[in-house]
Amino acid sequence: MAIKPVTDWKTDYDIFAKEYKKNPFPIWDELREECPIAQTERWDGSFMPTRYEDLVNIARDVKRFSSRDVLVAQYGEPSEEMELEMEERNEEFANVGAPPITSDPPVHTWARRLLLPPFSIKSVARFEPETRELCRSLVSGFVDKGRADGAVDYAQQIPPRVIASMLGFPKEMSGTFTEWVRGFLELGLTDPDLRQESARSIFEYLYAQIEEHKENPRDDLIGYLLTAEVDGEPVPEAHVLGTCFLVLLAGIDTTWSSIGSAIWHLAQNPQDCKRLIEEPELMPSAVEELLRAYSPVTMARVVTEDTEYAGCPMSEGDKVLMNFPAANRDPRKFTDPDKVILDREENPHIAFGVGIHRCAGSNLARMEMKVAIEEWLAQIPECRLEDPEAVTWSGGQVRGPRLMQIVWP
Amino acid sequence: MVGRPGARPALDADSVAVMRVRVDAEKCQGHNRCFARSPELFDVDELGNAHELNDGVVPPELEDEARIAVKNCPEIAISISEEAD
Repeated sequence: MAIKPVTDWKTDYDIFAKEYKKNPFPIWDELREECPIAQTERWDGSFMPTRYEDLVNIARDVKRFSSRDVLVAQYGEPSEEMELEMEERNEEFANVGAPPITSDPPVHTWARRLLLPPFSIKSVARFEPETRELCRSLVSGFVDKGRADGAVDYAQQIPPRVIASMLGFPKEMSGTFTEWVRGFLELGLTDPDLRQESARSIFEYLYAQIEEHKENPRDDLIGYLLTAEVDGEPVPEAHVLGTCFLVLLAGIDTTWSSIGSAIWHLAQNPQDCKRLIEEPELMPSAVEELLRAYSPVTMARVVTEDTEYAGCPMSEGDKVLMNFPAANRDPRKFTDPDKVILDREENPHIAFGVGIHRCAGSNLARMEMKVAIEEWLAQIPECRLEDPEAVTWSGGQVRGPRLMQIVWP
Repeated sequence: MVGRPGARPALDADSVAVMRVRVDAEKCQGHNRCFARSPELFDVDELGNAHELNDGVVPPELEDEARIAVKNCPEIAISISEEAD
């Protein structure tokens, strides 16, 4: 598909453009100063704030900016054949959504209370030993070769297995999950048929797993959701299905993008590798700083009424791309925003969003990042990108390296 | 007041200013930043919502930590007060 090159980012930005995928930072810097709420007609149209203050204001204004659809519109429509097939299945999977990320209050309030306990900082600590073992064995598998793809062979391998373990799925399925999730969220954003097909595969698998869990109850996330009660009533099964869909989708490519970006940074900054090895107590603040500097996720909001924000007229149904990554590089909020300072003390970043939709999986993501970095450095204290120009990045709403050859002595 | 920024305000000769930290439960969204960094000052419930420990009293050696917690909270939910004990 031929994409028209962007000549004016203020009025015609394209989150799938080649230069945007590779290095969006100068583009955000320009927009933040010259046109803090940019606009585009591409991909069905959206607005894009880039200043920290605006992101916080819009995220908190849940009445005017709904979360009912958090993705920008796909390119084109699904084929007729696929439409028909989906219609036949609609009864089974109708309007499940992915609560609570796609919910507004009041549903959001109980859906979130239901989902948060298994993702609390104390709950996710249970998965640290197996995550560490996984990371260690991945690195052991390639350390002697002196090279690996830091994205494909490492970052991408970690979150699908951790999520599979949480949900109580066989770990052998993790490669398939990766394929489905990329099909839905990454490649599928510009390929409607692949997107539908991937969604269907995921829902079918989850549906079967829920049935299986009902027959053989066990202590995992699905078991928890099936036995939980809200106001004395069991959680509707469609809700369990939608929440599992969310956990699977949101917990995979986001976190692998963060881990990948962290490795990409370390491969180019030997002084930071050295510092983390010598001062391991810096790890928690280093994780926050890497999250700030390389925030992967941009969610969308839907405007609920004809309104105006910061002088921009917006119409009901318009989309707003919540550019949290750009906010985290706003010099109004962060000193030296483009510098990665591992022990940065003042770092109120919003990589996980802000307000009521704060990422439910943030504690899990932090744990995975910390363990992944520690275990990489434990066996590979110094490394470099084989060819910085050859690194490829995903575009759209989740940014991270996808191909990244790394070499070490 | 004379002194370096952040120094305790001098009240009168007999009293010492006590720093207290407080989490606004209405604002907290469970980012866990305060608890992760300063578990001596904060705890979180199973939803991740934070609250101050020990009635918010900050021991003198943790005053800088309390100030950092205020600055790191993305929801601006943490505040500090200093008053005579």
